[in-house]
Amino acid sequence: MLRIACPWCGPRAEIEFSYGGEAHIALPEAADALDDAAWAQYLFMRTNPKGRHLERWVHTHGCRRWFNVVRDTASERIAAVYQPGAEPPEDAR
Amino acid sequence: MAELARDDRLRQGAGISIAERPARACIDLRGDVTDARFVHAVESVTDLRPPSQGLAAASGLLASLLWLGPDEWLVVSETQASGELCARLRQALRGVHAAVTEVGDARIVYAVAGPNARDVFAKGCPLDLHPRAFRPGQCAQTLLGKVSVLIHQVGQDPAYEVYVARSFADYAWAWLVTAAGEYLDGSEGK
Ligand SMILES: [Zn+2]
Repeated sequence: MLRIACPWCGPRAEIEFSYGGEAHIALPEAADALDDAAWAQYLFMRTNPKGRHLERWVHTHGCRRWFNVVRDTASERIAAVYQPGAEPPEDAR
Repeated sequence: MAELARDDRLRQGAGISIAERPARACIDLRGDVTDARFVHAVESVTDLRPPSQGLAAASGLLASLLWLGPDEWLVVSETQASGELCARLRQALRGVHAAVTEVGDARIVYAVAGPNARDVFAKGCPLDLHPRAFRPGQCAQTLLGKVSVLIHQVGQDPAYEVYVARSFADYAWAWLVTAAGEYLDGSEGK
């Protein structure tokens, strides 16, 4: 089980959290004008890296706030957590 | 004992006691803790400043403010009428960006106290309740078995209060009694 440091509550067990997929996926401008391929690209296509991944988590059973995590998908090491709307820390490798 | 809401909701042993507490005022309060007007207004009603740190609770004679999130607190009081406290908060917060919502009917509070209290929680609560990590006066939302709870440590002994959604109250009670089974009086042969 991961120990995830909620930016507001501190380190907690993974079962208190829910995973929210890759972070920084912005809704395209003029989304209603997209064709099916472009809409599918936005909805479904993700980077799915082996290694450093920027992802969203929500502290479901704690403060119920969303935040971002820098996690290595191979080692499970969490390099950083940061608040929604913020850019990932430079040194989070 | 007279203050217990239901006499069937009391289990005891040498090192543990679990009991349902009487209904109390619970008000969900949201606002900006960096806004001095918000802090002033809350203080004028409760005599307490909303704690800005996670895990923190502020307790006074009138009420307690339990931290729920960076802009959210649970105002609880065993002495104030819920509707009246709610109205006074709303009055004080007029013109301030804030939300005041009565939620007391949606909560049940269980008191869990005694030297074995941590052993009971350890059977299904991922929160670290060791004294070096969690102290009297602190509160945290976490899991108990499969349900979300708010745990507030109210005594050194240790003594805790567990806030549960009413719809999960029977589950949480059964979970606590089962987890405490080996420490309860008359557990032999049950
Ligand atoms: Zn949290």
